[in-house]
Amino acid sequence: MGNWQAKWRRIWALTRKESRQVLRDPSSVAIGIVFPLMMILLFGYGISLDVTRVTVAVVDNDASSDSAALVGAFRLSPNFVVRTTRSMSEATGLMLDRQVDGILQIPSDFDRRRHADGADVQIIVNGSDANQARIMQAYAAGPVAAWSAADPSVASSGAVMVVDRLWFNEADDSHYFLVPGLIVLVMTIIGAFLTAMVVAREWERGTLEALFVTPMRPGEFLVSKFIPYFALGMIGFALCFLAGKFLFHVPLRGSMLLLCLASIVYLVVALGIGLLVSTLVKSQFLASQLAMLLTFLPAMMLSGFIYDLRSMPVVIRGITYALPARYAVTLLQTLYLAGDVDGVIWLNTGVLALMAALLILATRLATRKRLA
Amino acid sequence: MTPASTPALQLDRVRKSFRRETGESVLALDDISFSLRRGGLAAVVGPDGAGKTTLIRLLAGLVRTDGGIVDVLGIDAAVDPQAIQSRISYMPQQFGLYEDLTVRENLDLYADMHGITVDERRRQYARLMSMTGLDPFQRRLAGQLSGGMKQKLGLACTLVRSPELLLLDEPTVGVDPLSRRELWEIIRQLIKEGLTVLLSSSDPDEAETCDSVLVLSGGKKLMLASPAEISRLALGRTFVATPPDGMRLRDLEARLLADPRVIDAVPESGQVRLVTREGCVVAGRPAPERFEDGFVVLLHRAGGDSEAGPRTLTQQEPPIRDSAGETVIEVHDLVRRFGKFVAVNGASFVVKRGEIFGLLGPNGAGKTTTFRMLCGLLPASAGTLKIAGVDVRRARASARQHLGYVAQKFSLYGQLTVGENLAFFARAYGLDANQTRARIAWALQQFQLEPYLRLPSAQLPGGFKQRLAMAAALMHRPEILFLDEPTSGADPFARRAFWQRITTLANGGVTVIVTTHFMAEAEYCDRALILDDGKVLAQGTPAQLRALAPVQPGRTATMEDAFIAIVEGSRSDSARKSAPSAAA
Amino acid sequence: MRASLIRILALIRKEFLAVLKDPRSRFIIFLPPLLQCLIFGYAASFDLNTVPYAVLDQDHSAASVALLARLDGSGVFERRANLTRAQDIALSIDSGRALLVIQIDQDFERNLLSGRATPLEVIADGRNSNTAGTALGYLGSVVQGFNSDWIDEHGGTPPVVRVVNRAWYNPNLDSRWTMIPSLIGTLTMMGTMMLTALSVAREREQGTFDQLLVTPFRPSEIMAGKAIPNIAIGLGQATTILLVAQVWFRIPFAGSFAVLYAGLCLFLMAAVGLGLFVSSIAKTMQQAMLYAFLLAMPFVLLSGFTTPFSSMPDVLQTAMVINPLRYALDITKRVYLEGAGFDNLLSDFIPLFAIGLLTLSGAAWLFRKRLT
Repeated sequence: MGNWQAKWRRIWALTRKESRQVLRDPSSVAIGIVFPLMMILLFGYGISLDVTRVTVAVVDNDASSDSAALVGAFRLSPNFVVRTTRSMSEATGLMLDRQVDGILQIPSDFDRRRHADGADVQIIVNGSDANQARIMQAYAAGPVAAWSAADPSVASSGAVMVVDRLWFNEADDSHYFLVPGLIVLVMTIIGAFLTAMVVAREWERGTLEALFVTPMRPGEFLVSKFIPYFALGMIGFALCFLAGKFLFHVPLRGSMLLLCLASIVYLVVALGIGLLVSTLVKSQFLASQLAMLLTFLPAMMLSGFIYDLRSMPVVIRGITYALPARYAVTLLQTLYLAGDVDGVIWLNTGVLALMAALLILATRLATRKRLA
Repeated sequence: MTPASTPALQLDRVRKSFRRETGESVLALDDISFSLRRGGLAAVVGPDGAGKTTLIRLLAGLVRTDGGIVDVLGIDAAVDPQAIQSRISYMPQQFGLYEDLTVRENLDLYADMHGITVDERRRQYARLMSMTGLDPFQRRLAGQLSGGMKQKLGLACTLVRSPELLLLDEPTVGVDPLSRRELWEIIRQLIKEGLTVLLSSSDPDEAETCDSVLVLSGGKKLMLASPAEISRLALGRTFVATPPDGMRLRDLEARLLADPRVIDAVPESGQVRLVTREGCVVAGRPAPERFEDGFVVLLHRAGGDSEAGPRTLTQQEPPIRDSAGETVIEVHDLVRRFGKFVAVNGASFVVKRGEIFGLLGPNGAGKTTTFRMLCGLLPASAGTLKIAGVDVRRARASARQHLGYVAQKFSLYGQLTVGENLAFFARAYGLDANQTRARIAWALQQFQLEPYLRLPSAQLPGGFKQRLAMAAALMHRPEILFLDEPTSGADPFARRAFWQRITTLANGGVTVIVTTHFMAEAEYCDRALILDDGKVLAQGTPAQLRALAPVQPGRTATMEDAFIAIVEGSRSDSARKSAPSAAA
Repeated sequence: MRASLIRILALIRKEFLAVLKDPRSRFIIFLPPLLQCLIFGYAASFDLNTVPYAVLDQDHSAASVALLARLDGSGVFERRANLTRAQDIALSIDSGRALLVIQIDQDFERNLLSGRATPLEVIADGRNSNTAGTALGYLGSVVQGFNSDWIDEHGGTPPVVRVVNRAWYNPNLDSRWTMIPSLIGTLTMMGTMMLTALSVAREREQGTFDQLLVTPFRPSEIMAGKAIPNIAIGLGQATTILLVAQVWFRIPFAGSFAVLYAGLCLFLMAAVGLGLFVSSIAKTMQQAMLYAFLLAMPFVLLSGFTTPFSSMPDVLQTAMVINPLRYALDITKRVYLEGAGFDNLLSDFIPLFAIGLLTLSGAAWLFRKRLT
């Protein structure tokens, strides 16, 4: 078995070489450690999908006690910051200068019509941020309803009232679904983005020519590229996991074991993409741009991490089926928030495992000990 | 194991062509057949673009043939290249070291790849370290070594084991004469142990000591014979001429080269050696023929010199400023430290207008560092440095208008074509459209770059890259030209042509500062300086330097003899003075 | 002066040749923005096209059937299952088959007829709280419609106040209208920053930088020669996206192109400055790439591109005065959708100009410092 011994020795030597290169390059360490930490902090404390407060300009043309009460209801709402204006043109100006997000216009006949056939109040939102605008419209219903309810002249009538409950995420806290997505994003960057450069770099610097004319097999070379970045990826995973647990208190409903397994499988896929790209294009510049296009942006935008897959048209949804990040996000979100739902887990893990196998095979086939 | 009776190499009608980006196909090897028996040292020589590198890559299983059979150690390279790669050692022309690993770590990597045991390693490392002089630098990052030391480390990585066949692609490019001598000793030792070595070289002197020589030109095999047989081709056609008083050696050489009856002329030990056409006597007295002479005759006969012929039309350029004798470069007590390491330690010298000034020294002596300081690429730690009366670093950018610089490593834009590179540098030096057009036309003609005009410069054959770099540095007719090892790796014709150009430039008033490893080339210089360990050991005219060599009965000392004597003398002195203190 | 101009022009020409000559590199510069713009234009939306839901109808009354018919007829809600047991609710949600489960109690109709407020229990999949919120919003509006019909048919007090919603600049609150103009800034920033950082690092790695330094180029000329082509490429990318927005997505352009391009120029100046800044720190292409990415990441995440800027903590909102993308998003959206002019955008133009000035001069300083 001297053959195997020699083989392992070569793999060990190459891995050690690669690890040294990783450790000596501050940028690799930055991506492996600083990047996950930065993302954790940004996602944890920096950004939130929830629109909390919007500023509304109030144009009260009625100036009655009733209209003042309605404005008061908006003031009391935690979601609104009210800014009083004297005229509609002033409000319009504020809107165009982005001083306010919307306008509440109360007509001059508000008080009169209210007791007749009902009055209209106008909520004008700035549609250039569609999401925020829609949330604002929803928020506006609150103070109006509160004001109506406080009015003794309005009798209640039979009506359906929606009582909602969010499962998995009762706190309605975006951290709950951001943490699983974050793990996927971090592993994508470490796995694919960092490795996309490493084989191309060897081609560009001409370090492979001499190495090829040794007993080294292409597979050994690839394994040695795999190991250090895999370790770096797992460190990133651990950082995100610990932050989720201790900083954001996101409960893990599924099993820890399955979470690790799923993350490992996805990391292998990400590494596979990086290495394949790097092996095929042999140019650091092109490889980095391709990796960006193929992994990072899809992981961010097309995985269901921030934008829901269900909102996408059929064609785009079709594309997402080809993207590993989609499966990984579904998998991790389910594991975190729903628990071990067998069907979802095995299907997605299976698809990822298949992708991993195909990518490794393709990379192995693309790695030839041959120049040009 | 294959029986010892099978040849080490056997090639049968091997063809290989490449497609350039411009679309045309280039035949790199054309119908090559030869076989090489086991044991001994063989060399592949030929001018630039002869196909030497392609041949060696084919043998290493890194490139596939288009036709024919390549058989290495009894294994068909088309069938099982891995089997070959497991049994041979190979040193590519540009050995890609891992620059972020230390010297020792690079070496360990290759030892592990070849499965060298710890015991074997200990023995082998000691030998390699002393051979390469890398011992004090074991823990230094490979990226921080000088160019020549990198080359030696690459060689050491290749020699960590004794394979059945050793392939070396131009192993001595950029290696100084001292190390080269030690390197050859190691190779000869390996051969004694029964190894087969095939190396390529563009330096005919190296081929002289081989058992057999394969001469390639333009992808075709010209001859496979012993060096002696090849030398005999020049029988009765070699002479030595001594310049009359008051005539510079390089001017005599230039005059001889201009004679159509002369096919080669080169300065040596204060005289000019020349090879004439069959039956012609031009000047001087007969001299014994050497391999290089035979090689020149062979290539001349084959017409293979068309690309890189020794005779280039060198137009005399109008003199820049006729004030010879004026001091152009003044360096006083120049010091450069990198941390604790002192790369240049108190160098002082003066260069006058129109002089060719040589900086000689072993690898890592501080030549490139001195050079970079002169060009303003690196600040000096101490001392003064004046180019045309001003410090380049502090001077306005326009002061650089008068400089031309050719780096050691090819450093023009690889993606850009030859024409685009030339145009860029012309414009960078502020030439207007008409001047640019005229200078590009001049450069294409001068450096025979016309056929490559539209080729991305990264794809140029090695020697032509060098020419392009030189052409780019001359676009603006600089007054001072800095050349860092311009001839390393160039074939004899290219070197001859190069020096002819330099001679012409110097005669036109251009001051030239040049570093070189070919000590014979110091003969072209007006004055030269020998540097080691950052210190100036000697400086003077070639004759003054040669006089420092120990007298040997029966032969005139060459520049190389002098160089080795001076450097070794100084090293043993300093070793005696201070007990071996490991360099930082 | 003239010589300086000739030199800069030569460098610009060389830069363009180096980037645009290689078909692969041309492809990687212009295809990704185009592709991303198309894909994200469709994908990145918080709108839901379909809301799959399951129902547990324990009433089977005329009222419950009417409510469900209203849902099914909405074009958004898609009934995936009629559940019979409460235990099945968990499975529908866990498996991801239904986003909402609607539970109708036995006395649903009875309550309604008696004029009481009738709860309609809804369980939402909270894995993506944003999606859940949107779906609940849709449900709310369907229920509101049901209520007003119910009151019309069965009597009761009509509402005294009607909220009339209007959205300016984006009447249908189409997320795409928000997304595409935002992409102009986001994609070009990522592109130009990396391109610039890599272009200097590549020269360093290949040794051509020294060759540049021995020519009469002044550091400021090298900076200009590097900055201008990259700004031009960024403008090219921006124009590509702008064309897609107008020709493909047909989003009406409300503002003036002069204002938009003036803003983009300032923005790209800042982005290129950042790229040069990175390149003066990075030693290798890999470092340039990774550092540029590390710097771009927080800028993108904290710009308000994917999540609302106003919901970020105040400290971060203040810190983001240095984020050029934040201003660029503001400019592109407001010029494109709101038709904002120079006077409205001074609060964006001035900081962008300052950032550009600061990064470019900072890079120049570092540049010179590294040479000495």
